Amino acid sequence: MFYRESGQFKASYAADQAVFPIRQDQYGIAAILLVAFFVIPYMGDEYFFQAIMVPVLIFSLAAIGLNILTGYCGQLSLGTGGFMAVGAVACYKLTTAFPELNFIIVLLLSGVITAMVGLLFGIPSLRIKGFYLAVATLAAQFFLSWLFNKVAWFQNYAPSGTITMPPREVFGVLVTGAASNAMHRYLFCLIFVIVLAMAAKNLVRGPIGRSWMAIRDMDIAAELIGFRPFQTKLLAFSVSSFYVGVAGAMALSLWLGSVETAEAFDINVSFQVLFMIIIGGLGSMMGSFLGAAFIILTPIVLTNVMVGSLGFQAVTAKHFEFMFFGGMIIMFLIVEPQGLARLWQILKEKLRLWPFPY
Amino acid sequence: MEFLNLVLLDQIRDILEFPSFFFEVVFGGLMSGVMYSLVALGFVLIFKASGVFNFSQGVFALFAALTLVGLMTGTMPFSLEKSLPALPVWLAIAVTFGVMIVLAILVERIVLRPLVNQDQIIMFMSTIGLAFVLEGLGDTMWGSGVKALDVGIPSGNFMVGEIQIQVFDLWAAGIAAFLVVVLAVFFQKTRTGRALRAVADDHQAALSVGIPLRNIWVVVWSAAGLVALVAGIMWGSKSGVQFSLSLIALKALPVLILGGFTSVPGAIVGGLIIGVGEKVAEVYWGPLVNGAIENWFAYVVALVFLLFRPQGLFGDKIIERV
Repeated sequence: MFYRESGQFKASYAADQAVFPIRQDQYGIAAILLVAFFVIPYMGDEYFFQAIMVPVLIFSLAAIGLNILTGYCGQLSLGTGGFMAVGAVACYKLTTAFPELNFIIVLLLSGVITAMVGLLFGIPSLRIKGFYLAVATLAAQFFLSWLFNKVAWFQNYAPSGTITMPPREVFGVLVTGAASNAMHRYLFCLIFVIVLAMAAKNLVRGPIGRSWMAIRDMDIAAELIGFRPFQTKLLAFSVSSFYVGVAGAMALSLWLGSVETAEAFDINVSFQVLFMIIIGGLGSMMGSFLGAAFIILTPIVLTNVMVGSLGFQAVTAKHFEFMFFGGMIIMFLIVEPQGLARLWQILKEKLRLWPFPY
Repeated sequence: MEFLNLVLLDQIRDILEFPSFFFEVVFGGLMSGVMYSLVALGFVLIFKASGVFNFSQGVFALFAALTLVGLMTGTMPFSLEKSLPALPVWLAIAVTFGVMIVLAILVERIVLRPLVNQDQIIMFMSTIGLAFVLEGLGDTMWGSGVKALDVGIPSGNFMVGEIQIQVFDLWAAGIAAFLVVVLAVFFQKTRTGRALRAVADDHQAALSVGIPLRNIWVVVWSAAGLVALVAGIMWGSKSGVQFSLSLIALKALPVLILGGFTSVPGAIVGGLIIGVGEKVAEVYWGPLVNGAIENWFAYVVALVFLLFRPQGLFGDKIIERV
């Protein structure tokens, strides 16, 4: 009754091509943004920002990165954790080597460095695909975490082997380091993620995104109609790695503060991000956010319910979490391969007819 | 020249000076190679017959080993109390094999059947999910601590010349070889084996001549379960039954790349090459870069190999049609 586009006329091509063409969607997004910017900062406490909002935002960004590669371009990657580590280490090295450099530029440069590393590991993708490529990206994962663990230069020769983000300011507001305010970190994250997500959305719905999707759907056919597979795939690898790298840099600077690189960005992180895009929806921006929220929130809810209310051991809850995620993956692949994003779409289509479906 | 000395000549000099130590390293590598081969074998079996790349093979091995230990110590599943009678080794192994068969049937019913005709990559991801389920299930059923496993394989060591050899390793190699022979006979000589090869060749053609695809898949996953059981017993008796067992599954991936996804001999040879390669690299070249290159050596070898020969040493050539 309320959700339909009848009566909304598009007078220009630009209006027709808008990201959110339906007015109700525009209002919805505006409402969400208003809540995110003006309500949550005043409602939430330290725990809420640190344990829920910031990781959800950061992992959404990582999921967008992997979604570009896997969901849009069809190249499976199990090296997300490794690339996040590159971003984190690049951020650390840059900001300690050039303390004067603006923190925003540091984040972006970390992404660029990760993109170059991603490019390097994407080179085999011309010859191999599917799980062959997955193995190649596993090589990236293990090699990179070994490199950052063993070569002391990457940790500035810290004896503990951990990298700790020094305090940095953005426009006079402290956003990193132990002394910073969680709300400020959250707001900075939010702005950064929104800007990058909009950029990604516009990238995937333009010519570049279409070339990625052509490669995903059938690479030989795409090659025959004139897409260059090598350039297209490498572009996907570098853009994806850029996002993942920025997410890694943000995870170090805005969320964790101090990490042991090989521990914090291990193979499980790669799987976690992969699960986010499967559950959220392959090839969907919306899905990246939904998946990240789902994967971050579920363990928290499970632990609270099982340990807090039902009195299980924490270990049991952990094992149950494993089973739950595995089961969810299988279920989603069977029942709804398009993930939560597709469920949302179905809901919207139902809403358009409600309450008179005939 | 100095650089060459550092990265190549010194090591060769070392090897030539102490050949017995080198052989000991190689022998140790061969033995871990046998383990990799065993896991890789499970992958190849399933990949050949169903085109599914079973990521959960390593977790299968972990699950089998956990179940075996649980039965042998008489642990009650889920409660972790030792309230059941402890089973003798042979019975426990038989029951565990039974459990693996039940597991194979369940996997076929719940995971494979609804996903027939999906992309390979979707199947692959579903087995990642399966790996997580089994890992959680195994830990909830039998507890997550490190457990000792002793099925009565003799241990001890003896010297050949100056080289020390573990009796256990010889047994492991022998059992692995026996398993391969049994599987080879099963594949080449029996009726079911022929059906399996037909399915591997072409699903649809096999269906059209009346081969029951579903039963075949159950058989294959059971066979992979058996291989996983053997691998689990070997690793478990050597280094205890624990979570890290499932990580050898990841090591089996480069083995497969090297040997080819569709070749049983490839899995064996690939496993041995990777096993020896990473041990030798670790011992002779590891100190140059602070060690622990075992962790990634296999993957990088596989990566380089992929660039030149994507189908592996013995695999079928990859042909793509539009």
